[in-house]
Amino acid sequence: MRKNLNVIAAYTIMMGLIILVGIFQSWNIALSIFNLCLISAVMTMGANIQWGYAGLINFGIMGYTALGGLAAVLISVDPVQEAWSAGGSNILLSLLLIIGMVLAVRYVLKKYEKSKVRTYIIATIIIAGIIIIRFVSEPGIEAIEEVDPAKTGFLGGFGLPIIFSWVVGALFAGGLAFVIGKVALGLRADYLAIATLLISEIVIAIIKHEDWLTRGVKNVIGLKRPAPYEVNLQQTDWFINLVEKFNLSKLNLITDLTERQAALNQFVIEGSSIFVKLCYSGLFLIVVIILLILTQKALYSPWGRMMRAIRDNEEAANAMGKNVVKQHLLIFVLGSAIVGIAGAMLVTQDGLFTPGSYRPMRYTFLIWVMVIVGGSGNNFGAILGGFVVWFLWIESAPIGLYLVNLTTAGLADTHFLKVHLIESVPYFRFLMMGIGLLLIMRYRPKGILPEKIEIK
Amino acid sequence: MDYINAIVLLLNYIFVPALAYGSQLALGAIFVTLIYGILRFANFATGDMMSFGTMVTILFTWYFKSLGISLGILPTALIAIPFAIIFMVGYMLLIDKFVFKYYRVSKSPPVQLAMVSIGVMFVTQAVVRIIIGPSDRRFFDGEKFLIKAGEFKEMTGLNEGLAIKSTQVITIVVTFILVSALFWFLNKTKTGKSMRAYSDNEDLALLSGIDPKKIVMITWIIAGVLATIGGALYGLDKSFKPFTYFNNMLPIFAAAIVGGIGNPFGAFLGGYVIAFSEILLTYAYKKFFMYLLPESLEPNTLVQLLSTDYKFAVSFSILVIVLLYRPSGIFKGKIL
Repeated sequence: MRKNLNVIAAYTIMMGLIILVGIFQSWNIALSIFNLCLISAVMTMGANIQWGYAGLINFGIMGYTALGGLAAVLISVDPVQEAWSAGGSNILLSLLLIIGMVLAVRYVLKKYEKSKVRTYIIATIIIAGIIIIRFVSEPGIEAIEEVDPAKTGFLGGFGLPIIFSWVVGALFAGGLAFVIGKVALGLRADYLAIATLLISEIVIAIIKHEDWLTRGVKNVIGLKRPAPYEVNLQQTDWFINLVEKFNLSKLNLITDLTERQAALNQFVIEGSSIFVKLCYSGLFLIVVIILLILTQKALYSPWGRMMRAIRDNEEAANAMGKNVVKQHLLIFVLGSAIVGIAGAMLVTQDGLFTPGSYRPMRYTFLIWVMVIVGGSGNNFGAILGGFVVWFLWIESAPIGLYLVNLTTAGLADTHFLKVHLIESVPYFRFLMMGIGLLLIMRYRPKGILPEKIEIK
Repeated sequence: MDYINAIVLLLNYIFVPALAYGSQLALGAIFVTLIYGILRFANFATGDMMSFGTMVTILFTWYFKSLGISLGILPTALIAIPFAIIFMVGYMLLIDKFVFKYYRVSKSPPVQLAMVSIGVMFVTQAVVRIIIGPSDRRFFDGEKFLIKAGEFKEMTGLNEGLAIKSTQVITIVVTFILVSALFWFLNKTKTGKSMRAYSDNEDLALLSGIDPKKIVMITWIIAGVLATIGGALYGLDKSFKPFTYFNNMLPIFAAAIVGGIGNPFGAFLGGYVIAFSEILLTYAYKKFFMYLLPESLEPNTLVQLLSTDYKFAVSFSILVIVLLYRPSGIFKGKIL
């Protein structure tokens, strides 16, 4: 108990802040902050596994998040039958061709010794393959994108409950990480950072522009929900009764019957959106707790000790007979898979998939700020980082506005400086993040809750 | 005649724009490479430092315009750039003093410095957006074209026009002057030589009496000059938008690494490699072939290797391939 005091204190303060938002702003805002904090926490856990446990830099978090989101679309959307009949066969054929191409390259790689000729053969296979695939897929893609472009124009998905996508998102992200890890993990730390950053940009470019698969920048909206819809809730009897019970004291103050009914309706509308958000919170909390238990177990297992040994001294670990390359690949895949779950959760909560909104500032660098501020190598720290940083990211606009009003109190409301500053309040979040990161890195380089390893 | 038309077509749509874009990337790439070679970290704040320099240039341009000063047919920004450089160098030295110096003195690993540069990136981005806002701004004035497409057609009697924007010429000329001056400085002067020595082997350089503080200061000054001019030229040629500048960091990194990070000459060429491959691979060659081939063979598609949406992806793919097969870059890196 004693040694965990700072953890408990930090989390209590954090929850207190969110509750304060609930009291002073509204419970709706507080809950949406809380939900996104939970999603951020999942992302930071993924990044923390890679950076904190193994010392691998992964600046490609945005790419895995987007892949998780793509999984949510592919799983939950109903298949578009017309599109499948229009161009499905071409797409399937191209898929087979891609598999054939990969197999051919693998065969050449295994069969022949490393030589110039081999490199040329592989290059020829790939270039010829790409040209053939383009010829095969082009008519199919055009046909698919012409099927009712305003509403569909893509293949759709499998029409399964969206919850499954959390697992599939992890698989997608893990698969991508496997490919990237196979080719890029040998690079030095800063090269790896740049390479992963650029690869994630390529992933986003593909998701944005392959309309037949993702609808691209036309976005996919109205995804199915694992939680009830507000409109349905507002007409359900048990829910209305529940809201009535909660607000009985307030309602009893109103004597007029019609007014009472109007007030009750208002409470029901507010309550329904809070109830939906609470459902999401519950689901997300389950994921966070499961992941936390697993990562904690892993951290204190022999495997966790081995990872730390590899992180702290790669040569020594190698000399002790640990397969560094294999372990690096494993942890790269695991961490990315967790980020993939978060990506699917994010799309599930929003109910829409907007490829244009994936930007490295928000989905890569902000997550890194979370990990470093919270405390790399410490799961509780990483989660706390997700909470603190997301809270500040959202609340920095109101705080900035307050500060601007305070410092320019002497100026007239129409003064150009004041108007300009109030207009630029949204950008104070960047300033806060940057200064926060710099201060933490300087004065508390291990984060708010530093890594503490004790042998149990 | 058709052959000349085809060549003019390529010159107009590929060669001239790629040369200008490549020059802008090259300046950024030399900036990245210098920081990497001497201060030994990957500077993720590159794009935002360039946007800071451009912002100051724009502010000075506005100021000069309000005073009624202009250069006639040349953009006013050209007189603003020297003032912006002074400002920018001050900002760089300030950041170094308050942020980077601590980690350099305590010999932190390069990864930590890269993380710190992310903090600098956030702060710089915020400062730029708070001062000038996130919207698109054009600050070009003066004569827009050196040769207009119509004039060229009249002059030569060809079907294809060749339009050369004055900003493109300014970009290319300024880049060549600046880069030659830089290479002269690095190769011929005593300070430049000591910088190269410091980059090559820090301990040996310190032993032979080179003052590290001076080296670091000069590096930041050169970096400030490069960032301001590179950013301002890009802004003159296209437009200034903080988000675009942040994104430009990625092809700039690609250029620096393709050329061999730590090697300024490689970075210079890397800029052009990236620019040309981006434009060559995404250009639709239909018209080009229409001039060259007999009518019966004329292509009925666009003859475009990749859609223009994948412009960035091209440079990143090149980078990934280079990283995997020749991590030290096309020209051996790590020697200034």
